[in-house]
Amino acid sequence: MVAEIGPSNVEAAFLLESLAKGIRVDGRGIYDYRRLKISCGPTHGMVEVHLRQTRVLARVSCEVTRPLPDRPTEGIVQFSAELSSMAAPGLESKTAQEVAITRMVERVIRQSRAVDTEALCILAGEKVWLVRLDIHFLDHGGNLIDAASIAAIAALKHFRRPDVTVDGEEAIIHDVRERNPVPLSIHHTPICVSFGFFGGELIVLDTNLLEEQTQVSNFTVTLNAHRELCALNKAGGIPLNPKQIQRCIQIALAKVDEINEKIQEALKACAA
Amino acid sequence: MADIKAVLPGDVMDTGAAARDGAVLRLGPGLVQADERTSAAAAGVLHSDGDLWWVAGNRRRYVAAEGEPVVGVVVARHGEGYRVDIGSAHDALLPLLAFEGATKRNKPSLAIGTVVYGRVVVANSFMDPEIECYNSHTGKSEGYGELAGGFMFKCTLGLARRLIGSTAPVLAALGSELPFEIAIGVNGRVWVHAEGPEKTVLAANAIRNSEYLDAKQCRQMVKELLAR
Repeated sequence: MVAEIGPSNVEAAFLLESLAKGIRVDGRGIYDYRRLKISCGPTHGMVEVHLRQTRVLARVSCEVTRPLPDRPTEGIVQFSAELSSMAAPGLESKTAQEVAITRMVERVIRQSRAVDTEALCILAGEKVWLVRLDIHFLDHGGNLIDAASIAAIAALKHFRRPDVTVDGEEAIIHDVRERNPVPLSIHHTPICVSFGFFGGELIVLDTNLLEEQTQVSNFTVTLNAHRELCALNKAGGIPLNPKQIQRCIQIALAKVDEINEKIQEALKACAA
Repeated sequence: MADIKAVLPGDVMDTGAAARDGAVLRLGPGLVQADERTSAAAAGVLHSDGDLWWVAGNRRRYVAAEGEPVVGVVVARHGEGYRVDIGSAHDALLPLLAFEGATKRNKPSLAIGTVVYGRVVVANSFMDPEIECYNSHTGKSEGYGELAGGFMFKCTLGLARRLIGSTAPVLAALGSELPFEIAIGVNGRVWVHAEGPEKTVLAANAIRNSEYLDAKQCRQMVKELLAR
């Protein structure tokens, strides 16, 4: 196993030196997002997100199962995400980093109640849909959280489940060839936007791998298209003052609109 | 070879007439011989030049080979040398005395995280690779040693090889526009140093973008970057 080593002295010193002059190592502006590419398909619920080098694949599938005893009328949304050394030699499954990323994505989707779980109920107490979301990290170029959250929500929106008709106590699940599959009911689209901090007033948006390794703190803002704040996440690092947080949220508002448009475009393109 | 032949690992190579004549075939990178058969061990395009055969592909993980220049990062120091990350499966060893003019009393002291430019001297499947920062035959540094200042970035091994083979048009296009220093490691790490961060970032981006561009496109791209 290759241990992840931090950036070399040359890289770290250069990054800080150029950032002090407002230049980023990949030539972006400090509040520029990398070019986002979302590709859907070939099957429903399969979405791949590219943020330049970063690549994340999300896959949604579903099956019929028994509901949890304490929530007989609610469907289940299950998450699974695993970091592997395929994305970068230093990444490993079951590490704090993996927990941090998957928790965040899970929190964003599940706890903000993005998916209408009651609409996943077929027969109360008997049968509900179990929606499974698998996230695969294919390449690590920094900012996995944002890429994963975009992939996750886009995949949920792209997914179609088989249609069901309920006749008394009997539920008929129609084959996709028989009846057009139906989309999930999604309340809103929470999207993560991450910032990196380098001490003082140095803030950058959408950190790349080198910036991620050099940053002293990071901060993730999650917003939806209705400009509602869904989650904030800051795990350790230097303290931030309220002004900085306000500023980050303002920037994130603009970015979330752009990202949302991209998701809509991508979904429309593959539906056509 | 008239047509391009792509091979995948495990493909048995048709050495054709050359082998039947009893000539000696020389196998380069990406080819292995097992019993009577020669097969590919890497994905890429099969090349041949006379009796020399090799597979040229593109990948991102480095496998050390003797004599190749690499850019590494010092990760540890112990009694007789440094451990240097060169991007391969195992860290390379860099002896304390493998520098120009180094003696037992007077040798460079490298901090952890230092970037060095060296040459692989030992590379086999049983030992950790070993690198040196001078030419042990002449005792001169020949450009190897610690790389200070500037910026290091990673690229694919294919691009690094083309850059060092001076077949990359981007270096010519860049060189005619701005002065810069460069150290290319075939392990997919490139160090550049130009005047100020703007120029250095520009050079780094131009090189990274050039992977799939031809000479004309490279000149155009460099112009566009400079105009920004």
